[in-house]
Amino acid sequence: MGILSSYQMRIRRRRHCLRARRKSRELRAVVDRTGTIRRGAILAMTTLRNERVRLPFFLDYHRRLGVGHFLMVDNGSDDGSADYLREQPDVSLWRTGASYKASRFGMDWLNWLGHRHCHGHWTLTVDPDEFLVFPFCDVRPLKALTDWLDGSNVRSFGAMLLDMYPKGPIDAQPYREGDDPFEIAAWFDGGNYMIERNATYGNLWIQGGPRARAFFADRPKDAPALNKTPLVRWRRGYAYLSSTHTLLPRGLNQTYDRTGGEKATGVLLHAKFLDTLGAKATEEMERGQHYRSSTEYRAYAERGGGLDLWTEWSERYVNWRQLEILGLMSKGNWA
Amino acid sequence: MSLGILMMVHTAFGRAAQVARHFAERGCPVVIHVDRRVRAKVVKGFRQSLYGAGDVHFTPRVRVEWGAWSMVEATQIAAEEMLARHPEVRHVMLASGSCLPLRPVSELIDYLDAHPDTDFIESVTTEQVTWTIDGLEEERFTLRFPFSWRRHRRLFDGYVRLQRRIGFERRVPAGIEPHLGSQWWCLTADTLRAILEDPDRPAHDAYFRHVWIPDESYFQTLARGRSHRIDSRSLTLSKFDVGGKPHVFYDDHLHLLRRSDCFMARKIWPGADLLYETFLSPSAERTKRTEPDPGKIDRVFARANARRAHGRPGLYNQGRFPHWGWEGRRTAARYTVLSGFDDLFEDFPAWFAKRAGGRVHGHLYHPDRVEFAGGERLVRGNLTDDARLRDHRPEQFLFNLLWSTRGERQTFLFGPGDRQRVADMMMGDPDATFGMVTGAWIVPLLRSGRPFPEVQAEAARLQRAEMRLIEMSKARWARARVLSWSLAELVTAPMDRLQALLDEVAPRDRAQPTEAPVMHGLDGLPDLLRRLRDNGVKPVVMGDLRQIERGPTATMPTLRPAAG
Repeated sequence: MGILSSYQMRIRRRRHCLRARRKSRELRAVVDRTGTIRRGAILAMTTLRNERVRLPFFLDYHRRLGVGHFLMVDNGSDDGSADYLREQPDVSLWRTGASYKASRFGMDWLNWLGHRHCHGHWTLTVDPDEFLVFPFCDVRPLKALTDWLDGSNVRSFGAMLLDMYPKGPIDAQPYREGDDPFEIAAWFDGGNYMIERNATYGNLWIQGGPRARAFFADRPKDAPALNKTPLVRWRRGYAYLSSTHTLLPRGLNQTYDRTGGEKATGVLLHAKFLDTLGAKATEEMERGQHYRSSTEYRAYAERGGGLDLWTEWSERYVNWRQLEILGLMSKGNWA
Repeated sequence: MSLGILMMVHTAFGRAAQVARHFAERGCPVVIHVDRRVRAKVVKGFRQSLYGAGDVHFTPRVRVEWGAWSMVEATQIAAEEMLARHPEVRHVMLASGSCLPLRPVSELIDYLDAHPDTDFIESVTTEQVTWTIDGLEEERFTLRFPFSWRRHRRLFDGYVRLQRRIGFERRVPAGIEPHLGSQWWCLTADTLRAILEDPDRPAHDAYFRHVWIPDESYFQTLARGRSHRIDSRSLTLSKFDVGGKPHVFYDDHLHLLRRSDCFMARKIWPGADLLYETFLSPSAERTKRTEPDPGKIDRVFARANARRAHGRPGLYNQGRFPHWGWEGRRTAARYTVLSGFDDLFEDFPAWFAKRAGGRVHGHLYHPDRVEFAGGERLVRGNLTDDARLRDHRPEQFLFNLLWSTRGERQTFLFGPGDRQRVADMMMGDPDATFGMVTGAWIVPLLRSGRPFPEVQAEAARLQRAEMRLIEMSKARWARARVLSWSLAELVTAPMDRLQALLDEVAPRDRAQPTEAPVMHGLDGLPDLLRRLRDNGVKPVVMGDLRQIERGPTATMPTLRPAAG
């Protein structure tokens, strides 16, 4: 990395921060409980739209991991999500009716919240359908992980997005509020992921899984990216570039070892393929507010609720140790 | 009162207080040193939490810098305080705020009573040390280290390099024979006194003040010659990871720690409620009173370190993506690539699978479709037979297949008509074994009955691809094992060649192939080759044409199935 390229990155990062500041004008605080954030608390940042049915489990899951406060942006929900979140004692909520797409899929808003409230905190940036799994998460809280990362002078923690799906048509088993979505969407693809390294930002670009094989076989280049760096010890001036796939400064993207060893990483279980997808796909296609002009949603909408991603080689989710053995995540030297 | 505890604290005060109280309540005086950098308010709260805990004292505070003299200084202050206040103690143990006793204090005292004049301090000469992470063993004692390793790593490294280049060396004072070892010791009061009250102490201190990480060498060195008996090990279980950080213990290590029979462990995560509850509980039952045996824990952490340093070969994920050339082994398992045999023999994959075992696929890199064994559309890991997905990252397709099917030998066909992008990777992969019959692709062309111009164009294309493959196999960077015969060579002695191939890929199965595969007829081949040559496509990969002319008729009988 030359001086010139470092400088270029710095400019780019600054520009994103400025952009976040500008976009922050679109946010209106509904309820701001950030004053109650404790020193050393782990925070979560989320953008959402019409996710009411998912929220109870989402919040509980991450509370159980040890998230201390949720910073959430409601992008024009009309299903009562905002009312529900307002009542939660550990949620600070902002509301905006502005364009999701124009805020780079919510990242400008979250970069701003990060700048304002996350400085010095470990911060988990997840969508309402993403659930963090990390080594030993069944016996150790998230704080154990972040303390260990601190002790090892590590600032970011990578986690691949793992698409989960049910056996049979996705609308066969309805998802009800409070349910564990992975009781229904219990299956995943164990080993068909393709990786490339992005030379500009130093992050990995991972594609594959059920979406690649079912929807993008004819144009694998466009298959959704699965690499994510959701957990970061945030500092002012950090910025997510595209979703949580890419961060600046670039060092934060280096969640992998380059000399043959393994760094500790986790997995984000993705509870997208439930019966709730149908309504979502229809709505989002009309809005056209999603990445690559909602290509993905179009593909889902075409297949309808009869979509079945299950195969005889699908793996049934058991626990993190299974994911570790399959090579989808790693303990690194955490023991 | 025969045991005194020195405790170095800079964080997790609640836990440190718990442990200090535990020792004090069981009759062991405790002297605590708190890092000067800790804010006065916090220290005040800490002291308050230990009011009435018994014999607990606080020393004046020193600003402690990791790897620097101040750590020893703080220890000296605490040790002097202990010896002055409690001349009656026989052993003094150095602990940190994140240490936790794993066995009842009474057992520790009994153990020390049984070894009244033994110093428990790991103390080994620099030649024997294997655990330093900075590669500085001997040089800790002979260079100068004015810069902080943590905060100014570049200056630190640069200054070390500079001293090495100009050959700078400090003189080790007479009478000092450098020894290294764990910082956490348990010395007899006699030895400790001998070190601290040595008339040469100013000289020792002046020297060690500039030694790198003196807390791992000051007492370890000076105990030598002043001790009645040194047991060169630490009573405190403490493991380091590849980055030189101590491994941390959590609640789920409870059984591991229990079975270790060690007296103390470091470092405990402050949130490990269960560990603190269990090991500090007043009703902790006495153990079997065995010698400490950290072997099991050693293995767990050694495995973790190996995982971090070397990883699992052939695995690529968000935590492991080696530089090309740094990966060690590229793929997770050995595999076999067969080129040309299927053109020459009928139903070759089935024949080969019977003899070599494992899974024998068709052309995995066929341009139209991935030919998995048995015509499967999907294999383990949900790899599909879709050629477009495969061609997106052809190397990783193979990495994935081999990773997912570990434990079962994979073999596949690969000819010049297949997608060639993956060939570079395979030829550079020591886990690949190639069996090649060069020029065999002419056989299907011969049998196709297609018009000559088409055959000619196809032959030119295939020969070009195959020549590239042959060239690669001879490249300097090639690491694959390659068994290669020309068509002519194979046809003259097919069974010998096949046996050689089987010996290479399945050496354990020494049985002779009883049944030969059926070879396609080669009638008209010499004519076709001559015609190609005369039309400008010179066949160069088939070997000696005359052999082929003689070959088939001469060797056909041996290719008949032996059983009938």
